[in-house]
Amino acid sequence: MADVTEVRGAAARQISYRDAVAEGIAREMRRDPSVVCLGEDIGAAGGVFKTTVGLHKEFGPERVWDTPISEQAIVGAAMGAAMTGLRPVAEIMFSDFFACCWDYLANEIPKVRYMTGGQVTVPLVVRTANGGGLGFGAQHSQATENWALTVPGLKIAAPSTPADVIGMMAAAIRSDDPVVFFEHKGLLAGKGAPPEPDHVVELGRAAVVREGADVTLVALASMVPVALKAAERLAQEDIDVEVVDLRSLVPLDMATVLASLGRTSRLVVVEENPYQGGWGATVVSVVADEGFGLLDAPVRRVAGECVPLPFADVLEEQVIPTVDKVVAAVRSLAAY
Amino acid sequence: MDTAELLARYEQMALIRRTEKAAHDLFLQGLVKGTTHLAAGHEAIAVGASAALRDDDYVFATYRGHHHAMARGATPEECLAELMQRATGLCRAKGGSMHLTKADAFMLGSYAIVGAHLPMAVGAAWSAKLRGTGQLAVAFFGDGATNIGAFHEALNLAAVWKLPVLFVCENNLYMEYTPIADVTAVARPAADRAPAYGIPGEVVDGNDVVSVQEAVARLAGRARAGDGPAVLEAETYRHFGHSRTDPATYRPAEEVERWLKHDPLDIARGRLVEAGVPEETVTAADERVQAVVRQAIDAAKNAPAPDPREAFTDVWADGGAAWRT
Repeated sequence: MADVTEVRGAAARQISYRDAVAEGIAREMRRDPSVVCLGEDIGAAGGVFKTTVGLHKEFGPERVWDTPISEQAIVGAAMGAAMTGLRPVAEIMFSDFFACCWDYLANEIPKVRYMTGGQVTVPLVVRTANGGGLGFGAQHSQATENWALTVPGLKIAAPSTPADVIGMMAAAIRSDDPVVFFEHKGLLAGKGAPPEPDHVVELGRAAVVREGADVTLVALASMVPVALKAAERLAQEDIDVEVVDLRSLVPLDMATVLASLGRTSRLVVVEENPYQGGWGATVVSVVADEGFGLLDAPVRRVAGECVPLPFADVLEEQVIPTVDKVVAAVRSLAAY
Repeated sequence: MDTAELLARYEQMALIRRTEKAAHDLFLQGLVKGTTHLAAGHEAIAVGASAALRDDDYVFATYRGHHHAMARGATPEECLAELMQRATGLCRAKGGSMHLTKADAFMLGSYAIVGAHLPMAVGAAWSAKLRGTGQLAVAFFGDGATNIGAFHEALNLAAVWKLPVLFVCENNLYMEYTPIADVTAVARPAADRAPAYGIPGEVVDGNDVVSVQEAVARLAGRARAGDGPAVLEAETYRHFGHSRTDPATYRPAEEVERWLKHDPLDIARGRLVEAGVPEETVTAADERVQAVVRQAIDAAKNAPAPDPREAFTDVWADGGAAWRT
């Protein structure tokens, strides 16, 4: 009976990924009055994904602003506010909608500091719900982190655990550079241990979340639990898999990836975005360039298939990387 | 406006005109690369509006923005050096003609994607309101921007949040090569849209610096008092084509002639003379301007090119460009 109580106590102390988003923002709003939030339905409604629940109540309408459905105005206004002394946290409801305000993410925010010769600073965070697996169809399911990766001048965070959500949110909001913050829809209900007060996870630090000697799996966001499940299955076949959670794409922690390859000599990249133009291609190209001598086998990319995201579960499973696909890729390399 | 003030406006407009002429000539000499979108003809809008603003009000401009940078204090030398790719340029030669910025004078940039900066001005006004500074934000834009989504999103958000922001349209009758009237459903592309967002839309002679200053002062006072945003459509005409490569042959000769006779400098000069200012006083201002621009051209020509390592600075706030470990 004592054990059960202990387990229940531990569960009570856990925090969901969803609540971690609001908690991460709230912690920064408490410590810095210049942090303000804006987005569609983020106020009293708490956000369509309930990732801003409690903020409006605690901080009021002067710091948590509901906007019209105007993605350009949301991100453009966030930029203007960031240039003039605030630290705005803007929400774009689904990452697919980045296409509606892409000018700001591609042409304005990442370039203004550079093209003015360093005259202005843009300390803002654009948060968004990213990724598939929930049957939302082609326009609400994409993993678009690779879109952001095409533009020099944006930092990119994509945490996989509640503790990292809080720690990376702190780093993102405190950053004087613009940060695109991807919250994975498929992870929102998941739970994990809450971090200590003032927990900060510096952007650009990958985490080795499972140590292994045979193959390195590099993953991001929802692909981290997929990689970990694959590693567990492969352990039963005596294949010892190391899993690296990149956590951010810019800065990209290639030092941790290359160090891991120094131990395993084999690499599989697991990414939800499409194979064509996916971030794994950048990781693999750096490995080919700087880590070729470390490799004992070809590299493999398990990535989203190059089709729009379909609606039906049975079809969506064909497109998004699964544990089975990762297991098969690792197996083929281990046998190489 | 007294004659001393009017003379000051005249001299500032003349300085801009002379600098634009220099930019044009230096381009022909191969000393300015890329492109330029000259603001000759638009001077009264920048100078009149700027005179009506507080020094710490925010200004956002377009790729046709030399006049706004200069109206907020950028010198001809800084501007020409930027156009000529010199280390002493306003943006250290990393922006060029289309991105002139003078942030220490609250002129927060020139943006080359049509309409993009209107939401930014809304954000700056939102920030000023939240910080309680009493500052205003002003977005200057062309008539062509009124048909882009960001214009409409910006007006709506500014209206519903009742922000201290002014939207000043420089309507020079052509979006680029096409008459704005041919592609717009209303006669006044900016002012006629304002009522749809519940905000005032006014039209002013954009070539009369006195009228512009008075209109902006009135709308700025209103916005600063908490009555929300406004649209001001300033009618004007560009003396050159849309950009460097455009000879503007699509404009009817009689239209060009009519507008060249309605020149901002001539109008201001006429007002000065009418008020009893001696011709030689105005001519002396012209001579001062000529001397300043001549010296600016020499200084820019003699300034060094940027250090090649500058290509890898200022991506991030730490000054660097590192994207990976």
